[in-house]
Amino acid sequence: MTEAPASPPSGRLRVDRARRAGAAVRHTWRASLQLRVAATTLVLSGIVVVVLGVVLLNQIRDGVLEAKQRAALSQLDFGLQHAADQFNAIDRPNPTSVRSTASSVTADLAGRGSDALSYGVAMVSTAGGDSASTADILPVPSIPTRLLHTVSREQREAWTYAVLTHRDGSREPGLVVGGPVQSDTADYQLYYLFPLQQESQTISLVERTMLFSGLAVVLLLVAIAALVTRQVVRPVRLAAATAERLAAGRLRDRMAVRGEDDLASLATSFNRMAETVEQQISQLRELSRVQRRFVADVSHELRTPITTIRMAADVLHDARSELPPELGRSAELLQTQLDRFEALLADLLEISRHDAGAATLEPEPVDLRGLVSHVLDATAPIAERRGCAVEADLPDEPVVAEVDARRVQRILRNLVANAVEHGAGCPVEVRLRGDEGGVAVTIRDHGVGLRPGEAALVFGRFWRADPARARTSGGTGLGLSIAMEDARLHGGYLQAWGDPGRGSVFRLTLPWRVGGELGEPPLPLEPPDEDAAPVSTEGVARA
Amino acid sequence: MLVVDDDPALAEMLGIVLRTEGFEPSFVADGDRAMAAFRATKPDLVLLDLMLPGTDGIDVCRQIRAESGTPIVMLTARGDTVDVVLGLEVGADDYIIKPFKPKELVARMRARLRRNDAPTSEMLEIGDLTIDVAGHVVSRNGTQIALTPLEFDLLAALARRPGQVFTREHLLEQVWGYRHAADTRLVNVHVQRLRAKVERDAERPEIVLTVRGVGYKAGPP
Repeated sequence: MTEAPASPPSGRLRVDRARRAGAAVRHTWRASLQLRVAATTLVLSGIVVVVLGVVLLNQIRDGVLEAKQRAALSQLDFGLQHAADQFNAIDRPNPTSVRSTASSVTADLAGRGSDALSYGVAMVSTAGGDSASTADILPVPSIPTRLLHTVSREQREAWTYAVLTHRDGSREPGLVVGGPVQSDTADYQLYYLFPLQQESQTISLVERTMLFSGLAVVLLLVAIAALVTRQVVRPVRLAAATAERLAAGRLRDRMAVRGEDDLASLATSFNRMAETVEQQISQLRELSRVQRRFVADVSHELRTPITTIRMAADVLHDARSELPPELGRSAELLQTQLDRFEALLADLLEISRHDAGAATLEPEPVDLRGLVSHVLDATAPIAERRGCAVEADLPDEPVVAEVDARRVQRILRNLVANAVEHGAGCPVEVRLRGDEGGVAVTIRDHGVGLRPGEAALVFGRFWRADPARARTSGGTGLGLSIAMEDARLHGGYLQAWGDPGRGSVFRLTLPWRVGGELGEPPLPLEPPDEDAAPVSTEGVARA
Repeated sequence: MLVVDDDPALAEMLGIVLRTEGFEPSFVADGDRAMAAFRATKPDLVLLDLMLPGTDGIDVCRQIRAESGTPIVMLTARGDTVDVVLGLEVGADDYIIKPFKPKELVARMRARLRRNDAPTSEMLEIGDLTIDVAGHVVSRNGTQIALTPLEFDLLAALARRPGQVFTREHLLEQVWGYRHAADTRLVNVHVQRLRAKVERDAERPEIVLTVRGVGYKAGPP
């Protein structure tokens, strides 16, 4: 298909509309079994009826014409005999008497026809030029030259179909038979010209009848096929609708079972499947509920004593200057390890909440610039301790998205703290952008980067870039996993990119509304500034 | 100071810390006896554990609110349960998640008690309301509207800068005394409670207006 180089907009619109209409038809075709069966029946029965009709019609036509032909030939035999008798009866044959005899014989033979079966008779002199004819059928264009030749040369009877031309110029199909008159006195050929009007009327009547009955048969077949398919398709559609409702969460829906046929067994099996699915799901729900309950209990049971320990440790810690050095140091260790323990416990509980599907969002419209600023404020102490500058690149316009501010802050805090602590390369750049593809925040560091393959692993639980230095750098090892779960909860995702020596980039992409559409993220994952750099590793962990 | 907590060790530890900070705590270990203790001791502040034997924390909170605007700080094991929102909705002023640092708890408690420290003789107007800051009285056309101290602080904070938009974080800092961003549900829930008391139609607020995506501001006087 070639397209005009500059088609006008209206033309393109029409093409579009046609394409859409075509797509709609294709969809209906693919979607409706009934339509396909009816169409197939239409085509196949159409072919069968046409073939049958053609064969039948040929048989009838041949039969009719054969009868006519036989009648014509016997008529010819009679005519030839009569003409021969008449010529032989001439006393003194001379051209004039022969010619007049030919005329009279012609008239005589023509007169034997009835009104209903009128035909033309022609006597043609073999010598040429001389002929006599009756009726209003002109012999000259009507008798085909080939027939004339055959009769005169081979001296035998012959027949052919021809177009008969009347004196008034009208034409009609006809049968022409001819033969040589066996006479010594005259050398003539006798031709009968039978119009086939009646036969053609008969045949066209048969044709019409067959056409209509054929059409009726085809339509009936299509209707029957549609009806029968409907009987089969209806329960299938019913099953589909029920399955749809089950999928939508209405697990108690079942199909009605009627009779004992194949469709009833479909319904029975379907219902059994639904039963099993429902049981499994309620079992899983129960498990999840138990798990959630357990997490809540553990949470409460653990937290109360820890609170007491924490307070006691704090009192000791505050008084450590009054204690002997080893006791003071013990109080300090107690304090720092309690911090770690608490962080770990909080993260464990958080991730188990995610696992149990018990984590819930509390979305509200928030200007993400504010969130980013808060996170940078909150992480400023760590950055300061590390001597690391954190640069923010925020748009001038508000970026208001519907998010759970607490979770998004936690994600960003995690990523920024990670970049400052593990990146070991400054400055850390935080960039925020939003467009029709969603909202994205990238956190870039210029540190050691990630080794090939690591980008996909960083979101794993308790994963550490370098097991050797793991325990000194703090953190629970669950931060990125939780961040990933939080992003998923919003319908967004987290990605990591890294390259040894070039640092790493973490990108958080969120939809404008929870569970909303996501397109191409507004910020690239890989930093665009150093394209010449060697092989990069890119890990994508999508929701 | 009334501490309602069923864990004896935690209660004792709280006692040690609070006494060090100069509070005079009294204790009750179950929800059923909490109201009697509240009426008997008339505390300035209640520390309330959400999970209690007998009447649970939510109900205790509701009962106290029915009688008094005394600040209530909830102690809870988890910050994201419905219990917290429920507690805030029935009138708790603030909550603190276990395990907490003693200093954090004390700071939070002091923030709730702070109002008594700096009495000023201000008169503010917001919508058709008159606020007497010194007398802690809000009235509409001479009719008094009863607010808890927290609700009063929230309203006064908004009214002091009419037209200025306060972010939730800003309000958390100013009214609740948080130095770092915390749970903005605190603000949302208390704005709802405040609206229910001061608005003519809580569905169409005229006093405390929402600025979508940013926060809240006071309606024009």
